[in-house]
Amino acid sequence: MLERAQVDHVARLARLELSDAEAERMAVELSKVLDHIEKIRELDLEGVPPTSHVVDVVNALRADEPTSSLPREVALRSAPEPVAGGFGVPSPGAGGE
Amino acid sequence: MSDEIVELTASQAAAAVHAGELDPGELFETYRARAAADTLNAYLWVSDRTPAGPPAGEPAATSSPLGGVPLAVKDLFCTEGVPSQAGSRILEGYRPPYSATVVRRLAQAGAPLLGKTNQDEFAMGSSNENSGFGPVRNPWDETRVPGGSSGGSAAAVAAGLAPWAIGTDTGGSVRQPAALCGIVGLKPTYGACSRFGMIAFASSLDQAGPLTRDVTDAALLLRHMVGRDPRDSTSLEFPEPIELPTREDLRGIRLGVPDELVGEGGGVQDGVRRSFEQTLELARGLGATVEPCRLPHAPHALSAYYLIAPAEASANLARFDGVRYGLRVDSGADLVSMYSRTRAAGFGPEVKRRIMLGTYALSSGYYDAYYGTALRVRTKIAEDFRTAFQSFDFVVTPTSPWTAFELGAKLEDPLAMYLNDFCTVPMPLAGIPAISIPSGLSEGLPVGFQLAGPAFSENRLLAAAYALERAIGFDSSPARRRDPGGSTP
Repeated sequence: MLERAQVDHVARLARLELSDAEAERMAVELSKVLDHIEKIRELDLEGVPPTSHVVDVVNALRADEPTSSLPREVALRSAPEPVAGGFGVPSPGAGGE
Repeated sequence: MSDEIVELTASQAAAAVHAGELDPGELFETYRARAAADTLNAYLWVSDRTPAGPPAGEPAATSSPLGGVPLAVKDLFCTEGVPSQAGSRILEGYRPPYSATVVRRLAQAGAPLLGKTNQDEFAMGSSNENSGFGPVRNPWDETRVPGGSSGGSAAAVAAGLAPWAIGTDTGGSVRQPAALCGIVGLKPTYGACSRFGMIAFASSLDQAGPLTRDVTDAALLLRHMVGRDPRDSTSLEFPEPIELPTREDLRGIRLGVPDELVGEGGGVQDGVRRSFEQTLELARGLGATVEPCRLPHAPHALSAYYLIAPAEASANLARFDGVRYGLRVDSGADLVSMYSRTRAAGFGPEVKRRIMLGTYALSSGYYDAYYGTALRVRTKIAEDFRTAFQSFDFVVTPTSPWTAFELGAKLEDPLAMYLNDFCTVPMPLAGIPAISIPSGLSEGLPVGFQLAGPAFSENRLLAAAYALERAIGFDSSPARRRDPGGSTP
């Protein structure tokens, strides 16, 4: 069972503001899903390597050659707050981490 | 003429264009008009005009391989200058400055963009009810879901609002909606198609795939989707050209039926099971052998999937923070509050759930117990398949344990919704290809039959699916006969 305090902690890590009602519901729903998922912890996986990639590929490197990229003004076209050729953001402020 | 055009498969339409019997402009306009009159909510954007000509430097439709047959594209593929929102309000109105490689390749091969299709938000869902832009309706019964997450693409093809479409499959998101809508859906081998320009959900699982009216169309579309892309380091050169299938029998083909997925534990509906067993009978009639096979870890695939996919999603979706594109909720707050409020306002409930689940699974103290365990289970699942393929050509299951369910039926129970994916998640975890073809109807609703093969076995998979498709003789026309401006006849 996921405690409400754990939900609040994870929500902070995920940068996700949850209302009280959302956080309460999340604790119940995630607990139910985790109860189902828990069963895999009963499997004997001693010595089994974790999967890092499903297809056998060794070194997928490309040649290190400069190519053109998106012009700055195009990259900024969708930004909520383009400022002086960059992305504008609010001040990190006293509450920043 | 318009009805006759819509009755052509995409391959037949391309052939008619090549033969000079069908004007590509008329073909595009026929579908454009049908898509614009969509009442299923399958489309989020429809092209407002017939393309004036092929892309610069490309051949005219009459000589291009795909004949100018228009393509419906799942919303999460970036399309230059055209809304690409991944079904999410956090990207409402976003028009990217570039197109996904797969979309670009298909346009160059002669399949111009017809429209963008609705989907579960960020491809998280099995019913399309998680779209930020409202659910899609199933053309076989508009009170039911089309499946998901590529539900808009599946419904559009089934209803004749598109000749063919592309979607993405992470845990079944091409195959399951294809099954519920009575069409063909293929998930290729991981790495076969470039993921560049696909708005990412779970990068180690996501693959683009065709949703089509028949197996031949799937092969033709796939032929022009595969290939290495310098912009996706996980993409690979497909080892052989994709062939159009011609095989009419299954002599010498060994089909394995995994009890772990098809037995009592899978909760397969009676009507789905009947259709599955009838299809196995047809396969025997075509010369195949059908034997039980073992996938001992497959029952745990769902648990592994619902740790791995949300973990990757929690990282991938960190980029939606109100800085570079999409929604921003500011209200004079500091930076971290701006992030948290933007994400709170922009993401829907299922996306929030998955971000929370994934962040939890990756958090300090839980990482190895959850995420690490899931990656080890993933290794065992891939091993199970490799062992099975030593004795069998293909593993076969029903695609979905159920036919299309009613809108709202599973919305309040996330776990019940996740069980939709029981038979489709093991394959992407193993990186192997799988195809769903319609095997018949159960109480008037389509049932899907799934074949999975080893990595890069797409040609053999398509050949076997084609032989079965001919033997099944599924009639997909009822879903197209509904009046696009009204209700089911």
